[in-house]
Amino acid sequence: MRRKRQRARAIVSPATLSNSFDRRSFVIAGVQGGLGVLLAARMGYLSIFENAKYKTEAESNRVNLSLIPPRRGWILDRNGVPLASNRADFRVDVIPDRMRDAEAEIGELATLLSLDKVKVDEILDKVEKSRGFAPVEVASGLDYDQFAAVSVRLPDLPGVVPQRGFSRFYPTGPSVGHLVGYVGAPSREEYEREPKPLLLTPGFKVGKDGIEKQFEQELRGMPGARRVEVTATGRRVRDLETREDVPGHPVHLTIDGPLQDYAARRIGLESGSVVVIDCLTGDLLCMSSMPSFDPNSFSDGIGRLEYSMLSKNDRVPLRNKVLQGLYPPGSTVKPMVAMAFLEAGLSPDATVTCNGGLRVGNRVFHCWNRRGHGSVNMAKGIYQSCDVYFYHFAQQLGMNVISDMARRCGLGQEFPLPVASQFYGTVPDPEWKLKKYGREWQAFDTVNATIGQGYMLFNPLQLAVYAARIATGRTVMPRLILDGKPSRFGSMNFHGDHVQIIQNAMSDVINGPGTAGRARLPIDDVLMAGKTGTAQVVSLGISNGKTGPWKYRDHGLFICFAPFDNPRYACAVVIEHGGGSGSAYPIARDVMTFLFDPAKALDSLHSFEKQWGGKPAQRMARQYAAFVGEMGIAVPEETFNLDPRESRAAAEARAQPKSDATNNGTAKGQTGEEVSSSANPDNAT
Amino acid sequence: MSGIIPAPISRQPWQMLIPLIALVCFGGAVLYSAGGGHVQPYALSHLVRFSVFLVVASVMTLVSKDVVQLLAYPAYIVVLLLLVAVEAVGAIGGGSQRWINLGPLVLQPSELMKPVIVLVLARFYASLPSGMVPTWRSIVPAGAMIGMPMLLVLAQPDLGTALAIGFGGVVVMFLAGLPLRWFIGGGIAGIIAAPVAFFVGLKPYQQKRVFTFLDPESDPLGDGYHITQSKIAIGSGGLSGKGFNNGSQSHLNYLPEPHTDFVFATMAEEWGFIGGMFVLLMFFLILRWGWKVALSSQDRFSRLLAGGMVATIFFYVAINLMMVMGLAPVVGIPLPFMSHGGSSMMTNMICIGTLMAINRWTVKAGRSGLST
Repeated sequence: MRRKRQRARAIVSPATLSNSFDRRSFVIAGVQGGLGVLLAARMGYLSIFENAKYKTEAESNRVNLSLIPPRRGWILDRNGVPLASNRADFRVDVIPDRMRDAEAEIGELATLLSLDKVKVDEILDKVEKSRGFAPVEVASGLDYDQFAAVSVRLPDLPGVVPQRGFSRFYPTGPSVGHLVGYVGAPSREEYEREPKPLLLTPGFKVGKDGIEKQFEQELRGMPGARRVEVTATGRRVRDLETREDVPGHPVHLTIDGPLQDYAARRIGLESGSVVVIDCLTGDLLCMSSMPSFDPNSFSDGIGRLEYSMLSKNDRVPLRNKVLQGLYPPGSTVKPMVAMAFLEAGLSPDATVTCNGGLRVGNRVFHCWNRRGHGSVNMAKGIYQSCDVYFYHFAQQLGMNVISDMARRCGLGQEFPLPVASQFYGTVPDPEWKLKKYGREWQAFDTVNATIGQGYMLFNPLQLAVYAARIATGRTVMPRLILDGKPSRFGSMNFHGDHVQIIQNAMSDVINGPGTAGRARLPIDDVLMAGKTGTAQVVSLGISNGKTGPWKYRDHGLFICFAPFDNPRYACAVVIEHGGGSGSAYPIARDVMTFLFDPAKALDSLHSFEKQWGGKPAQRMARQYAAFVGEMGIAVPEETFNLDPRESRAAAEARAQPKSDATNNGTAKGQTGEEVSSSANPDNAT
Repeated sequence: MSGIIPAPISRQPWQMLIPLIALVCFGGAVLYSAGGGHVQPYALSHLVRFSVFLVVASVMTLVSKDVVQLLAYPAYIVVLLLLVAVEAVGAIGGGSQRWINLGPLVLQPSELMKPVIVLVLARFYASLPSGMVPTWRSIVPAGAMIGMPMLLVLAQPDLGTALAIGFGGVVVMFLAGLPLRWFIGGGIAGIIAAPVAFFVGLKPYQQKRVFTFLDPESDPLGDGYHITQSKIAIGSGGLSGKGFNNGSQSHLNYLPEPHTDFVFATMAEEWGFIGGMFVLLMFFLILRWGWKVALSSQDRFSRLLAGGMVATIFFYVAINLMMVMGLAPVVGIPLPFMSHGGSSMMTNMICIGTLMAINRWTVKAGRSGLST
């Protein structure tokens, strides 16, 4: 201990301490200098080597790029009149992720924009189900005062986005619903398929159905962009630059807008569809399907209630009946069958005596006229729609000549049209039946087919094309897009004067001693030719087809063309459960009248609409109000389902019982007005 | 001392004052920008404060060494009592607090403790007989003098200031010639104790800061936000910066505290690498002058005092710059002479004033020929 202290004393002195201070201060200064160099190096690394990276990050901090949804291209009719256009409006969206208290904020918005309870509940419902980062529309079509009221309160309403924009506008509303479709905010699936930031931009809509969906890319256009300098809290400092959007391209349809609207309105309270085709060009002038939905309200983001109302309606306003409605064609196939007979060598003068029925195998198939038509030749078979005539000769000539002719006429055909889905139905023949059901073709199958019952199912578009082909003797192909290209159709190659024979018979249906004298056009020098059809839905044991429950009534069908001497327009009308062809041909008559004398046609429509309670949009509004009153807001949740595949499955399911019915021998040849057998109690909806 | 320039001016330590004034003016310019292109509220008060404290520092140079030595212990005791008082006021007031309101003056005793701890330890080691330096007598009283204020400041809680006090004290002990093995042993003990202290001694928010520093990208919008935005500001400046008043990070509020702790980032964004090098150079010149003062002074008290003061200033500079460049966790330590804030300006000007006083003592002693 003593030794140690002595040694310590010997070493430590003021001189050694001073020495040690010099050395140690040098060490500290050295460490400090080293740190200084390190800091300089770090500074250089950050600001020179990593400059580009941090510059980008600073820019992305500073600049907020917001996309301006492009103005959607217009959908125009053949005369350049818009079927779908854009309307400038003010709108308010919310971005759920950025909201602090969704319920309170939407409550505040509801007061500012005077939204009712139903609407608020619907918005909250959508906010809850949304993807969070995607905008949910609160209101659109606002006036400037409402827009300003929201804008000034923005600091208290995080996540609320008011903006000037455009909303889709369909001037004729429900009349073009099925044809044009509608637009809506992109769904999660649509975003995943096309993960572009534009799809998340508030106010951007994509086509959801019909033309809007088929021509999405043409209609969409290029988004504009607004570069805005923002603070860390998101406050806008100034606009840096704005790139204007490039509006989408217009799509020209062959549709005649006023005609489309007229036909839709003329269907009235019925459920059905009207197709008009230009015989010379194949232009589809009208593809109306009613009842329909109002694409304007779909495009605003359809409410749960309204959707529920539409999906519950037994007249399926969500289905485009022109393309997705399959019906037994009834007697409208008779001109085609007769043509098949002619082409197979049957003389038009060959007669058969109709006593009101014909025994086929061990069953009697009745003519619609139980009293019989007496001696019937081909023309009379058509204009009187005698079933026995067709039963008789069909058994002689066989099913294959009929099914071949059906296909030549476009029945059962899928046309190259820009539509989401076409149900092309069935042209039955022995081979088809064997393949589908594993059973042999029977004589009564042929008999059923000649009068458009049994397995036959066509859509109204096919019936219109068929009418056009009979009217012209040319292979008319329908088209929906007006591209200015002339149409050139080949001949149907009917022999000799066969076309004239059939056309004359069809003229006699209306202008002669036929079944539809009342379908005569109220225009002096234009004659129309046509063919009626009544398709039975259930057996006569359940309903007589004309009265009773709506869904048991017969379908009414009518095909026609005019002018008779120089066919220009062909038309097909199908009225679901209309109670017979009498429900269809007056509509066809008025629609055709509209083409030649719009004023006259509108007069008759106006008197009808007085009885019906206004235009379709007005009736729908009343219906909706009644529905809301009835259901309250406690409507069970429904999933939106406009997927055509599902309705196709449903249609096939409905078609299924037919075979069983047939094979159970229920095809008893009952007679309707002009129908005989209906094998299937549920073969058409 | 040329004949043209009057002696009172020529004897001022211009080799330090010029860089210092340049730095403060540059700081004023940066604060002008941080204030959105206005002298209020930052730039003007910054310059005013500097002017006031420069006068204070000049007055300090008039105080003789004997008086300073005499006042060392009383000053320490007063500041220590103030720290206790802050604790007491905080305990009664029901919340932690770091300052005392003395009428118009807001006093932060922990700031005062930084120079005072250096002063008192220099006084202690200057009077300690050389022979006692390697014994317990040199470390136990000094340890107590450092430990008491550190604990009081930690209790506030203010980790940054506590570390600054500890750092100043330890540097003086090191310069005083305490055996090297003690520092090595202390260092090893510190490495072992650090994890324990980290998990036991630090509050969760302080622990989080350390984790965030280790991986700032893990939470870029939360705790890593400060570091990330500071690095973006510095990195986006490039060689010559975005130009005066053009920093988007600071002007659009992406950079937190652009006028205090992150003033260097504000500067670097607008002045770039060149501005950064200028600041580093100015600090280098000031600190080099400080070391020159320390080494040229003749007595042990002056040397220890000067060395400690230089170390205290350096500690501020180093920790702040490391923090803004993402090399150290976020601790609330401002950049001397540039950050807006009275307390840090006062502390650093006291350090500068002390160094100027020591310089004057040395010059006087040299002129009177008492020593070479």
